[in-house]
Amino acid sequence: MTQTVVTWAAFEPVLPEMLLVGVGIGLVFMDLFFRKQRELLPWLTILGSLTVLGMVLGERYTSGFGGMFLTDSYGVFFKVICLMGLIMTALMSEHHNRVQGLHQGEYYSLMVFSAVGMMIMASAGDLMVLYLGLELMALSVYCLVGMLKGDQRASEAAVKYFLMGGFASAILLYGMSLLYGLTGTTSITGIASYINDTGLIANPVLLGALGLLIVGFCFKTAVAPFHFWTPDVYEGAPTTVTAFMSVGPKAAGFAVFGRVLVQGFPELHGQWGTLLAFLALLTMAVGNITALSQTSIKRMLAYSAIAHAGYALLGVLAGTPEGLSATMNYLLIYGFMNMGAFAILVLLAGKDNRRESLDDYRGLARSNPLAAMLMLIFMFSLTGIPPMAGFIGKFYLIKAALGAGYTGTVIGAVIFSTISAYYYLRVVRYMYMSDPQGTLELSYSPGISAVLGLALLGVIGLGLAPGTVIGRAAMSLLGQ
Amino acid sequence: MSVPLLSALIFFPIIGSLSLLFVRRENSHTIRLMALIVSLIELLLSLPLWFLFDKSTYRMQFTEFHPWISAFNINYHLGIDGISILFILLSTLITTLSILVSWNSIQEKVKEFFISLLFLEGAMIGVFCALDFFLFYIFWEAMLIPMFLIIGIWGGPKRLYATVKFFLYTLIGSLLMLIGIITLYRAGGNTFNILELAGQSYPLKLQMILFWAFFAAFAVKVPMWPVHTWLPDAHTEAPAAGSVILAGILIKMGAYGFLRFSMPILPEATKAMMIPMVILSLIGIIYGAIICVAQTDLKRLIAYSSVSHMGFVTLGLYSLNTQSMEGGILQMINHGVVTGAMFLAIGMIYERTHTRAIADYGGLATTMPVFASFFLLFTLASVGLPGTNGFIGEFLILLGGFLNRPWAAFFAATGLILGAWYMLWLYQRIFFNPVNDKVVGLPEMTGREIATLVPMVVLIFWIGLYPNSMLSFMHVSVAHLLDQVHGTTTVADAVETVRQLAM
Repeated sequence: MTQTVVTWAAFEPVLPEMLLVGVGIGLVFMDLFFRKQRELLPWLTILGSLTVLGMVLGERYTSGFGGMFLTDSYGVFFKVICLMGLIMTALMSEHHNRVQGLHQGEYYSLMVFSAVGMMIMASAGDLMVLYLGLELMALSVYCLVGMLKGDQRASEAAVKYFLMGGFASAILLYGMSLLYGLTGTTSITGIASYINDTGLIANPVLLGALGLLIVGFCFKTAVAPFHFWTPDVYEGAPTTVTAFMSVGPKAAGFAVFGRVLVQGFPELHGQWGTLLAFLALLTMAVGNITALSQTSIKRMLAYSAIAHAGYALLGVLAGTPEGLSATMNYLLIYGFMNMGAFAILVLLAGKDNRRESLDDYRGLARSNPLAAMLMLIFMFSLTGIPPMAGFIGKFYLIKAALGAGYTGTVIGAVIFSTISAYYYLRVVRYMYMSDPQGTLELSYSPGISAVLGLALLGVIGLGLAPGTVIGRAAMSLLGQ
Repeated sequence: MSVPLLSALIFFPIIGSLSLLFVRRENSHTIRLMALIVSLIELLLSLPLWFLFDKSTYRMQFTEFHPWISAFNINYHLGIDGISILFILLSTLITTLSILVSWNSIQEKVKEFFISLLFLEGAMIGVFCALDFFLFYIFWEAMLIPMFLIIGIWGGPKRLYATVKFFLYTLIGSLLMLIGIITLYRAGGNTFNILELAGQSYPLKLQMILFWAFFAAFAVKVPMWPVHTWLPDAHTEAPAAGSVILAGILIKMGAYGFLRFSMPILPEATKAMMIPMVILSLIGIIYGAIICVAQTDLKRLIAYSSVSHMGFVTLGLYSLNTQSMEGGILQMINHGVVTGAMFLAIGMIYERTHTRAIADYGGLATTMPVFASFFLLFTLASVGLPGTNGFIGEFLILLGGFLNRPWAAFFAATGLILGAWYMLWLYQRIFFNPVNDKVVGLPEMTGREIATLVPMVVLIFWIGLYPNSMLSFMHVSVAHLLDQVHGTTTVADAVETVRQLAM
């Protein structure tokens, strides 16, 4: 056995992650020792994440630790989505959390640590690294969900999420250990070449292991039928955390979903493609149909997040570079439009954080035309109506899935997409076509305004000039 | 052509609508005035098309081409031919008239209303200009948002039901078309350029699938029987301007889609599906007319009569010969003018009485004689009196129909008789029956209202007496289209005809 000498240069690929860890620790200390300067915490979080974002964007496409950690363009793209989610959440939390009296230090550092977990997931070239990132992310988010200490809904959500998440992790680990037993490696490319070399395709244990992995990933990305934790957790968590969860962890989940399946099991595409097509349809059905009957906008958005996971799956199941880039592109666009919608939710939440039912949005167009118009744009984008970016996202997904021959699944997606129009439009209807209950005083804090501006820019910009991003996403074929 | 005229036509009203955002909402008069000025400039901007258009070629004119999403070969590609030009001119005219008719009737959220209307105008013109299938789809869908708002916010009592129904019907149709577009993109060698797509041949089976995928979107918009049920609801509940634009432009887009996409790209499927399309059209004509007779609601009656009239249009298009196709296209314009005018007129009396029940009117001719004369003219044009535009369109459609399938023309003519019945009966009930209390003392039309209707009257007689001014635009393009469908060459004859007529 040769002795490996670890040099400083070996850490180069993980520098952004290390810096972000530093930011997280710094936030904890700041909270402990400089209590008076607590208002600075969100801004430090944003500053730190922006720096890391810059580093990520400037990263050389390379790999570290013997291929266990890959900073390829695929990983970088997902890291950008996660960091963007982190920055926008921190921006919208800044005012909201002060009103809610949330513990600042813990809140921001947990969020930063979960983002580190996501970045590790996005770069994982090895099942062990993947699991490391996953658990770092998950544990941080469990705590974030239960942040509102006196709130029963929040505590229940946190416990539920923790139990379900633990269960999912166990299933995932079981699948990984089976894979290791079969192939003798935890490296994703190693597994692929082992299967290729030995012709292991028909092995039932391999299929079982793959099934367990998929179940685990489906839990994390809220794909039906493993979605049932989502609505309660999304509803119970503080609204800002919900916004974060629907963008960051979901993107990270899809990052590993895509990488493991497409890079690790290309030979088995026939099997997992069909399975995912079925799951995608089920997810869209469950998400969209259940969202129809919701009276709370927050809960409606939770179910709609399930539905959107179903759409995003269309790209993964295609199993092609085109499909993966469509999913990536979609998650980025979804990040913008969903953050925008949640920012409006946060804006309207009010002191007791309970102003989130459809009735509260009655006549918003009269009392607060600006908020109503922004919400209208985000709702139309979520529906997938051009010229908003949501349409472009769906277009690429449909195109990729059609290209891979999943015509039936696409027709299903189209039908469920029409159903989704009904509940998104209902929000517009309440805002524009009913009379207001009373007047609402909304305070556009700088943070919220910035999030709304960014989201609007993303939704309109990516809608009208999608070329730049899709070009980047299309470039990031796996392994390049 | 160095001036990007078509882009200007598309984006001028959109930019104009965005500029309204900066006007304070209290200044509703300024907002109205600005909207009117924008639409008038737009109308003037569209006139060069009429004068600069070269009628002797079927090639696209005023073309613009810029790469847009290069990764998928999606381009910003515009151009018009003899079929689309008339619809663009009609759009700019009808939008202006819609703004005039909304002058007093829209009192709430004035700013949002005119923003929606102008945005809608830009998107509509975009639909008629787009030569890239993807770009077309963007404009096609973008029209949904303002129309959804116009019906849903400023509409009648059941507006929510109507607007959601309208939205969902059209959305599912459009999404099925999107699947068709992407399938076509793959089959046609990765291009969205409709001129390139039309130049290729596809297996008949694929053509049939695509035909029905496009049918889903276009037939809903026309609307053809049996997917017409959103139209009466939408028409009835929409505010006057909404009904006018729906009748005048929006429902023309379905038929335009058949002409621009289904026929040239899928010629074999078009020929194979000729009989089913003719039968659906005939059902629309007769069913729509019979339902009209039973209506008690003024707007609902006109809405169902649109189903009947649009049946004539699709009958004309799918008879697939020169006379009937030109008649069908002309009838689209005619229907836009006549039904648009009717909805404008109905909007004017609705503003006075706030009732749409036919029974609430009666003897209106005594209180509003000028209005009665205008409405009589529209009624006669609608039933196809010779000398009015309605006659020309129906005559050409029936002529073409007789050449191919006498039985189809026979049934269609039945629809004409029914049409005369319900329209004249409607006129009698509103204007001549004993004077109803509700219409006593109604003020006569104002100058603005007369100014709104006069352009329509001019068009009715202009097309009625000198139809060739419109038909001459179409000859070559229609001949080319029929060549594409039948695989023949008659364009040269058509060019010759145009030359002779021009001399």
